Amino acid sequence: MNASVSQMTQPVEALTLDRNGARVSPIGSRAFLIEATGEFDLASQRRIWALSRAVELWSDTLEIIPGMTNLLVVLKLTPEDPEALALRLLEAWEQAESIDLVGRMIEIDVTYGGEHATDLAALCDRSGLSDREVVRIHYEGTYRVFALGSAPGFGYLHGLDPRIYMPRKTVPSLNMARGCLTIGGMQTGVAVLTGPNGWNSIGFAELQMFDPMSATPAVMAPGDTVRFVPASIEL
Amino acid sequence: MMEIIQTGPFNTVQDLGRPGFRNIGVTSSGAMDPLALKVGNSLLGNEIGAAALEIQTYPFKLRFSKAAAFVVTGADCGALIDGRPVHPWCALSVEAGQILELGQPRIGTRAYICIAGGIDVATVMGSRSTSLRGAFGGREGRYLITGDALQLGEVSSPLNLPNAGLSVVDPAYALADVYPAHDDGALVVRAIPAGEHALFGADAERFWSQTWKISTQSDRTGYRLMGEPIRPTTPVEMRSHGVVSGVVQVPPSGEPIIQMADANTAGGYPKIAGVIEADLWRLGQARIGSRLRFVRATHAQAAEAEKAVTVFVEDVRRTSRMVCGALQAMS
Repeated sequence: MNASVSQMTQPVEALTLDRNGARVSPIGSRAFLIEATGEFDLASQRRIWALSRAVELWSDTLEIIPGMTNLLVVLKLTPEDPEALALRLLEAWEQAESIDLVGRMIEIDVTYGGEHATDLAALCDRSGLSDREVVRIHYEGTYRVFALGSAPGFGYLHGLDPRIYMPRKTVPSLNMARGCLTIGGMQTGVAVLTGPNGWNSIGFAELQMFDPMSATPAVMAPGDTVRFVPASIEL
Repeated sequence: MMEIIQTGPFNTVQDLGRPGFRNIGVTSSGAMDPLALKVGNSLLGNEIGAAALEIQTYPFKLRFSKAAAFVVTGADCGALIDGRPVHPWCALSVEAGQILELGQPRIGTRAYICIAGGIDVATVMGSRSTSLRGAFGGREGRYLITGDALQLGEVSSPLNLPNAGLSVVDPAYALADVYPAHDDGALVVRAIPAGEHALFGADAERFWSQTWKISTQSDRTGYRLMGEPIRPTTPVEMRSHGVVSGVVQVPPSGEPIIQMADANTAGGYPKIAGVIEADLWRLGQARIGSRLRFVRATHAQAAEAEKAVTVFVEDVRRTSRMVCGALQAMS
């Protein structure tokens, strides 16, 4: 099995193992990122969910952070043999059966366009679509919460139509409002904090996504299905 | 209890943070110099992660409302008790009414005021740390202001501190053998190449070889570095993934960002390296405008440094118990 392991870069320190549709690389000394290298789809994410459940039970795991077809594992201590750890992760990936998380259906009322849709025009330019088409394509989509992250309760949503993919900005907006409905690359989501944001805003949603005092602080959970309801369209 | 008499902005209650919630987007927070917090608590016989005050703007002044024991660790701020100088890294007993004052740091940037029993604010999601971004934890989710009165935790087994105090050698000296020396005035930070290191091609070497300056756009969330920009050979649009403090990301500007204690929990910028766990506290003490250089480390080296630091903290705890126990027996 070890024979198929390839060292991707020359320096010994740059530990990156790539095998059977997954790639492991370190972040600092105690964290390891395993990324599914195949399609950006639900099938990959289901295996990530299964992998997360397995790795969470390891005695040396401090924290698991599932991302978009990837998983960051934070260990309690820095391992002396990172390659053994990377191989253990890859083996767990190979054994990970697909699981589906049965989530809730969340409907979010959105004002498309309007004062918060600061990047709608740029998205039209890039896609060659009219603002009306961009908005329709967005609200006709059905999205799955793949992971939470970045800010408290922020859900990364999968299911964006490729026609309205839009790269993150090279210069982030300095003060994007909480509630902005945004597109970041092939992902979409609703901003949960006011502040710097590199995603592209096309509308606004009034929804409290997080309550630290609640037993379940985040409204969304991985596996949930999200639909956006066009409460109003201001173009 | 104690009362804040004078404070600048951005001084907060911090403990060792709230790991375990990054999967719902909640940053870990916690002390920027966790070693100073651990040493302070160990000296006082507290739980190692008891909450303390993290001071990063000065002057700062507080009044003890009842007798207590405290220590100032981290940055050397020329601390005064009722106007008389006290040594940093030296645990002392104080009477009710005494005033502790901290001035601009001479060395380092963040001071920790640890108190026997710890600061007793409500625990939110397993931690007393202030999350300024999330506006929860610590003192009502915000930074300290003049007039704040803070409760202190119960002291289970009071330490019998010597009258002259109980000191520990500043870890910067005590652990000098464990850490690389400054290089021409620049802090040397050990890091491990991360996932996109190879994408930077020839620029990757310039990441390691040049000296970076910590920009004014730096805070508990992250440090922006200034220097000769580095860029991936081809632009990448990454799928968002979890990150931890110490990750060095390179946004399109080409000037790296080191995520710190209040880091985003996820990101999508290419990452060139990650600072090793044992070196994060030194970054936490690095000043805006100061210079730093990255050197490559292996996991084995990182694990060795981490162990040495753990042993040091354990030694502090054991010695403190022993000294105070002996004094108790003699009295």
